[in-house]
Amino acid sequence: MAILEVNDISKNFGSTTVLHKVSFSLEEGSALAIIGSSGSGKTTLLRCLNFLERPDNGSIVVRGETLFDASMPFKEQEKGLRTKRLHFGMVFQSFNLFPQYTALENVTLAEGLLAKEREDYKQNKKTICEQIEKHGRELLDQMGLADRMTHYPHQLSGGQQQRVAIARALALKPDILCFDEPTSALDPELTGEVLKVIRGLAEQRTTMIIVTHEMAFARDVSDKLIFMDDGVIVEQGDPKQVIDHPREERTRQFLTRYAQG
Amino acid sequence: MFWSVTQSLLGGLLTTFQIFLFTLLFALPLGLILAFGSMTRFKPLRCLVQVLVWIIRGTPLMLQLIIIFYGPGLWLGHNIWSGNEAGRITATVVAFSINYACYFSVIFRGGIEGVPAGQREAGQVLGMTKSQIFFKVTLLQMVKRVVPPMSNEIITLVKDTSLARIIAAYELTFAGYSFMKSNGLTWPLFYTGVFYLLFVGILTLLFNHIERRLDYFR
Ligand SMILES: Nc1ncnc2c1ncn2[C@@H]1O[C@H](COP(=O)(O)OP(=O)(O)OP(=O)(O)O)[C@@H](O)[C@H]1O
Ligand SMILES: [Mg+2]
Repeated sequence: MAILEVNDISKNFGSTTVLHKVSFSLEEGSALAIIGSSGSGKTTLLRCLNFLERPDNGSIVVRGETLFDASMPFKEQEKGLRTKRLHFGMVFQSFNLFPQYTALENVTLAEGLLAKEREDYKQNKKTICEQIEKHGRELLDQMGLADRMTHYPHQLSGGQQQRVAIARALALKPDILCFDEPTSALDPELTGEVLKVIRGLAEQRTTMIIVTHEMAFARDVSDKLIFMDDGVIVEQGDPKQVIDHPREERTRQFLTRYAQG
Repeated sequence: MFWSVTQSLLGGLLTTFQIFLFTLLFALPLGLILAFGSMTRFKPLRCLVQVLVWIIRGTPLMLQLIIIFYGPGLWLGHNIWSGNEAGRITATVVAFSINYACYFSVIFRGGIEGVPAGQREAGQVLGMTKSQIFFKVTLLQMVKRVVPPMSNEIITLVKDTSLARIIAAYELTFAGYSFMKSNGLTWPLFYTGVFYLLFVGILTLLFNHIERRLDYFR
């Protein structure tokens, strides 16, 4: 069974339709890449998955559990929103690290706050905190940032900041990790280090959705690729097939335009 | 003479300091509450707060002070402020707290809205509650933003305390002025100025210190 099923998600802002009946599914341990021109609704789709926007229509099912269904009463939709959110992780285009915390604190903050809700927190406070810190260090180490743990975001390069943001998203062990153009805000020479980390995650079979303009990367790393245009999924399938031999005219046009720069 | 002037001014300074301190104590949290009120999605409350801020910022503090001190006596028939010095100081603190809370609320609001939406969203996707996001993410960034405009307001407050003279609260300026009235001395007025300068000087140092302490992040 698919770990994620998105059914007929639609989203309007006022009178403009930004997403129209978007449906797809994702297998556990696989990476999905989403490509498409600017304004096609990719960010909005990820924001819907992370409950930052409320879809007007459709449903979101994770591991067979319906997290969101537009036909549910409003109260029902809001219930347990925080827990539902934890199924997804989000890496933003602009990093959105917390500037007043060090790299390590950025990674451990949310886990520490969640731990406080545990019943045994008071008794085992010390061990729990040590575990969380250890976990944070491991994640930053994995991101190649072992020597940057106590740096503040403004002391880090864009590529390093984005890797901290990835570690922060991984800290809560989300079922599905979403990336919204993780390298678009970076200087070209810094994109490589971030893409390498994401590639590493793919090799470890992390379930991911990656919105990207890095076509070669998407073709290489993802198991499935979606091309979006104007709020609809125009084409989805095997990345190599979609990129090398697109079936749809719109996909072909986009790729040609893209190849021409 | 110098000694008795000094003593008298110190007495006035105590009152000035009390007005200053208690006003801050009440106006800071009240200002934050008003800031939230002015940003709420609940429209009636938002409009109410906006009208309040408009009235308070649109009329002189001295007028507000007079109304708050004399108003209750005239409307209710009995003065709710006891006639002694403590009553005058209390009335002053009430009027000042309301007034400064309105100014603070505008500054707080700017500070909160100045924190990028992405910060809140990052907290949300990490499963934080609204209050965790406010206290752990937004608050310190807001504080950093509001320290410079706040220090301006707070320094103005030091000097505004002299308005309390209008309801005969014996604050610093009143103390200095009384020597001119009774003895025709002008030098106590300059001496009074020195007291204000020292007060503001210490505050300036304090704010510089706070700004430096918050310099570790951007
Ligand atoms: N909060 C909003 N209110 C109104 N319109 C919005 C809002 N957010 C997005 N839109 C509109 O929705 C459309 C899709 O936006 P979205 O950001 O999802 O596109 P995108 O595919 O991520 O584009 P890009 O590649 O530039 O990031 C755009 O036309 C945008 O103007
Ligand atoms: Mg986008």
